[in-house]
Amino acid sequence: MDITMIYYLVPALIMFCCGVYGFITRRNMIAMLISLELMLNAVDINFVVFNRYLFPGQMEGMFFTLFAIAIAAAETAISIAIIINVYRSVKNVKVDDLTEMKN
Amino acid sequence: MEVTIPVLILAIPLLMFFLLGLLGKYMSHKLAGILGTAGMGITLLLAYFTAFTYFFSGAPDFVDAQTGQRLQYIVFNQDWLAFYNNLVIRIGFLLDPISALMLVVITTISFMVHLYSNGYMRDHHGVYERGFQRFYAFLSLFSFSMLGLVVATNIFQMYIFWELVGASSYLLIGFYYTKPSAVSASKKAFIVTRFADLGFLIGILILSFYTGTFNFTEFTSAAVGESGNLFAVNEATAQGISNIFATSAAPMFMGASVLTWALVLIFMGGMGKSAMLPLHIWLPDAMEGPTPVSALIHAATMVVAGVYLVARLFPLYLMSTAALDIITVVGALTAFYAAMVACVQIDIKRVLAFSTISQIAFMMVSLGVARPEFHEGLGYMASMFHMFTHAMFKALLFLCAGAIIHAVGSNDYTEMHGLRKHMPVTHITFLIGCLAIAGIIPFSGFFSKDEILSACMGNSWLAYLWMSLVAGMTAFYMFRLYYLIFWWKEHKIHAGHHAPHDQAWTMTLPLVILAAVTCVAGFIPFGNLVSWNGEPYDFMAHFDWSIAAVSLIVALVGIGLATVMYRKENPMPAKMRNALPALWNWCFHRFYWDELYMFITHKIIFNGICKPIAWFDRRIIDGSMDGLAYISNKASWAIRGLQSGNVQTYVWIYLLGALLLGAITAICVI
Amino acid sequence: MESVGSIIMYLIIALSIIVFSVLTVTSRKILRAATYLLFTLFATAALYFKLDYEFLGAVQIAVYAGGIVVLFVFAILLTSHPGHSSERLVSKKRALGFVAGVATLLVAGYALLSRCCMAMTSLPEMSNPTMKQIGEAMMGTGEGQYLLPFEAISVLLLACIIGGVVVARKR
Repeated sequence: MDITMIYYLVPALIMFCCGVYGFITRRNMIAMLISLELMLNAVDINFVVFNRYLFPGQMEGMFFTLFAIAIAAAETAISIAIIINVYRSVKNVKVDDLTEMKN
Repeated sequence: MEVTIPVLILAIPLLMFFLLGLLGKYMSHKLAGILGTAGMGITLLLAYFTAFTYFFSGAPDFVDAQTGQRLQYIVFNQDWLAFYNNLVIRIGFLLDPISALMLVVITTISFMVHLYSNGYMRDHHGVYERGFQRFYAFLSLFSFSMLGLVVATNIFQMYIFWELVGASSYLLIGFYYTKPSAVSASKKAFIVTRFADLGFLIGILILSFYTGTFNFTEFTSAAVGESGNLFAVNEATAQGISNIFATSAAPMFMGASVLTWALVLIFMGGMGKSAMLPLHIWLPDAMEGPTPVSALIHAATMVVAGVYLVARLFPLYLMSTAALDIITVVGALTAFYAAMVACVQIDIKRVLAFSTISQIAFMMVSLGVARPEFHEGLGYMASMFHMFTHAMFKALLFLCAGAIIHAVGSNDYTEMHGLRKHMPVTHITFLIGCLAIAGIIPFSGFFSKDEILSACMGNSWLAYLWMSLVAGMTAFYMFRLYYLIFWWKEHKIHAGHHAPHDQAWTMTLPLVILAAVTCVAGFIPFGNLVSWNGEPYDFMAHFDWSIAAVSLIVALVGIGLATVMYRKENPMPAKMRNALPALWNWCFHRFYWDELYMFITHKIIFNGICKPIAWFDRRIIDGSMDGLAYISNKASWAIRGLQSGNVQTYVWIYLLGALLLGAITAICVI
Repeated sequence: MESVGSIIMYLIIALSIIVFSVLTVTSRKILRAATYLLFTLFATAALYFKLDYEFLGAVQIAVYAGGIVVLFVFAILLTSHPGHSSERLVSKKRALGFVAGVATLLVAGYALLSRCCMAMTSLPEMSNPTMKQIGEAMMGTGEGQYLLPFEAISVLLLACIIGGVVVARKR
C-alpha cells in the first residue's frame, strides 16, 4: 500500500478541528493559546506535505513552515507576557471574567 | 485730479471702522470718540477740498471752457470683478455736481454727528454708554458706505454700497440690542428695505441686460473717450438706448415698455430706502436707534439715497415719462400722508420722522415733475437744493430733539412743555430749524421749497396746489411740535431734581453750526452748481414772486393756526379731536399701515403659505430624515449583542462565515 | 509500495497525532493539556522526519517542544492556584465548539476528498535538503532564497523580546 498525500492531510485536518473546538470551548486563556498552537501546527503539516509530494525538489513549503514556527514562538512569548500581566492585575485568566475594560 | 484725495475720502472712514471695531475695546471711550471724530474731520476737509476744486477751480476736466457746462469726471475706475469681457464690475470714483454736493452734505452731517455723539452717548454724570466704541465704528462704516454710494461710477457699485448702507443702518438702529423694540425695529428696517432692493436688483438686471452696460456715464452721455466726458444727455446716445429698448426682443411687457419697467423697479429700491408710501413703515420705528443716528441716517443721508438714485439716472427717466409720473404720484401721496400723521404724534422723534418722509417726498415730486422743457429742468435742481437744505435743517432738528431728550429723559412731549427758559440755545436753534422747514423767508427751506413749488407749477396746477397744501401742513405740525416742547405750560421742577439745561459744548456746537448754515444756505447760487445737464443757469430768472408770496402766506397760516392752538394751554386741541374722532384715530395710528402689513404677513402669508411649507418641511423632509435616523437607531440596538467583546463568539461567527464561503467555493468550483 | 516498517511508523504517528490532539482539547487539567500538546508536537516532528525533512523536525522539537511548551508550563504554574486545576466547561459553549469543529471537518474534508485523485499521488523520490542547501537558501537574495524574510523574522523576534520584557515587567 502507498502512503499517499491524503493519509497525512486527514490527521492534520483532525488536529485543526480539535484546535477550533478547543479555542471556542476553553475558558482559560492559556488553554486557548494551546488550541491556537494546534491549529498552527496543522497548517504547518499541510505546507510540508504539499511541498514534499508536489514539489519535491524545492524548499518553499519547508521554509514557510520554518518561519511560521519562528513567528509562532514570538507570538506565544508575547501572549504569555500579556496573560501574566493580566493575571497580575486581576488575579484571573478566564476570558469570560475579563470585563474590566468593557462598558 | 490727483487720485490720492478721493481714495482717502473712502479709505479713512473704512480704516476708522476697522480700527475702532477691532481695537476699540482696548482703548478708552474718550480716545475712541476723539479718533472717530478726528477721522471724520479729516474726511470732511478732504471732501470739502474735492468739492471746491470741482466746482470752483474751472479746470478743463470739470468745466467745458466754451459753454461753461459742468462735466462728469471719473477720477478712477478700477476693474474689480471681471466675469467676462462684457461683464466687468468696476469700483470707481465719479465726480459730478450731485456727487460733489453729496460729499459735502454727508461729511458735514457725519462730522456734526460724530462730534455731537461725544456728548450724547453718555449720561448726566459723564459716564459713557456701553458699546461706545462700537457705536463710533458703526458710524464710520456707515459714512464709508454712504460715500461709496454717492461716488459710484456704475450702478452695480452703487447697489453694493446701497446694501452696505442698509446693513450699517441695521446695526445702528439695533444699537441698543438689549431693547426688544430696537431689535424688532432694526429687523423691520432691514427686511423692508431688502424687499425693496429686490426690485432694484431686478431693475438693474433688466436695464443692463438690454443696454449691455452698468456705467452711469454710458447711460447718460456719449461714449467716454471719443469726445471727452460729456455730461449732457447726448441725443444720439439717448436715441440709441431708446432704440435698444424699442427693438429688443421684449419691448413691451404688460402694457408698458421694458425701459419703463426697469426704471420703475429701480425706483422701487429708492422707495424702500427713502420710505415712500407703501414701504415707509420702517422709518418711524427706526427712531428706536440713538438720536444722532436718526439725525445722520434717517434724516440727512441714507433716506435721500432714493432721491439720489433717481437723480443719478434722471436722464434715463426722461426717456420714460410714465416712470416720472409714477414717481410724482407716489411722492405726492406720501407727502400728504406723512404730513397728516405728523400732526397728531406724541413722540417728538416720530413727528420728525414723519416730517422727514414728507420732505423726501417733496424731493421725489420735484424730480417727478422736472422736464427739460419747463424752466430748463428746474425740478431737478430744486430737488437737489432741497436735499441739501433739508439735510442741514433736519439734522439740526434731530440733534436738538436729541439734546431735549437727553435733558428730559423721555421722547414724549407731554413731559417737556415750557423748556424755552431752561434750554435757550436749543430753543433758538430749534426755532431756526422750524422756520426753515416751514419755509419762512430768509431761511434756507424757503428757497428750496419755493423752487419745488415753482417746478410743480410748471408741470401742473394740481401738483402745485397739492404740494402747497402739504407745505402749509408742514408749517403747522412743526410749530405744533415747537410750541408743545418750548411753550404750552411749564412743568414745576420738583425739589431734588435738577432742571433741564443746555448740554455740553460738544452737543451745542453742532447745533449752532447747523443753525448758521441753515440761515445762509438759501443764498447759495445753487443753479450755478447743480443742474440736470450741468449747464449753469441763474435760477432767480425763474423765481416767481407770486408763487413765493403764496407759499409764504400758506406757511404763515399754518404757523398762525399752530400758535392759536398750542401756544398756551387751552382746550382747543381736545375739541378738535372730539369733533373728528375717526380722522384723529386714523392719523394717530398712521392710517393703520402697520396693522395692514401685520395682517398681510401674519394672517395671509403665514397661514396660507408658510404653515403648509413648514408642515411639509417638518413632516415630509424632516420626517424622512428622522425616519432614517430612527431606523438606524433601532437596527443598531438590534445588532448590539453581536458586539459582545467576547473573542470566542467572534471566532465562531467568523468561522461560520469562512466555512460558508468555503462550502460555496467547494460546491461551485470543484 | 512502502515497506511494512514505514507503514507501521506512519500508523503510530497518525494515531498519536489524532489521539493527543483530541486529548489536548478535552483534558480538564490544563497542565495535562500542555503535556498532550507536547506529545502532539513530538508526533508532528516525527512526521517531518518521516517526510525526510530532518532539519525541520529538529527545529520543531527545539523551538516548539523545547521552547514554547516550557513557556506554557511556566505560565500555567504561575497563573493557576494550587489544587484548583480543573475547569468546568459550559455546555452551551461545548455545543457551539462541537458544531464549529464538525462543520470545519465536513467542509474541509469534502474539499479534500473531492480532489482525492490529486491527493492520491504517491511519495516521489527526494534527496534530503542538506544543511548547506538550507543555509544558502537562507542567506541569499536570488530566486528561492530567503534573506529578506530571515532578516524580517530576526527583527520581529527582537521586537518580541523587548515587548515581552516591557509587558511582563513588574511595575
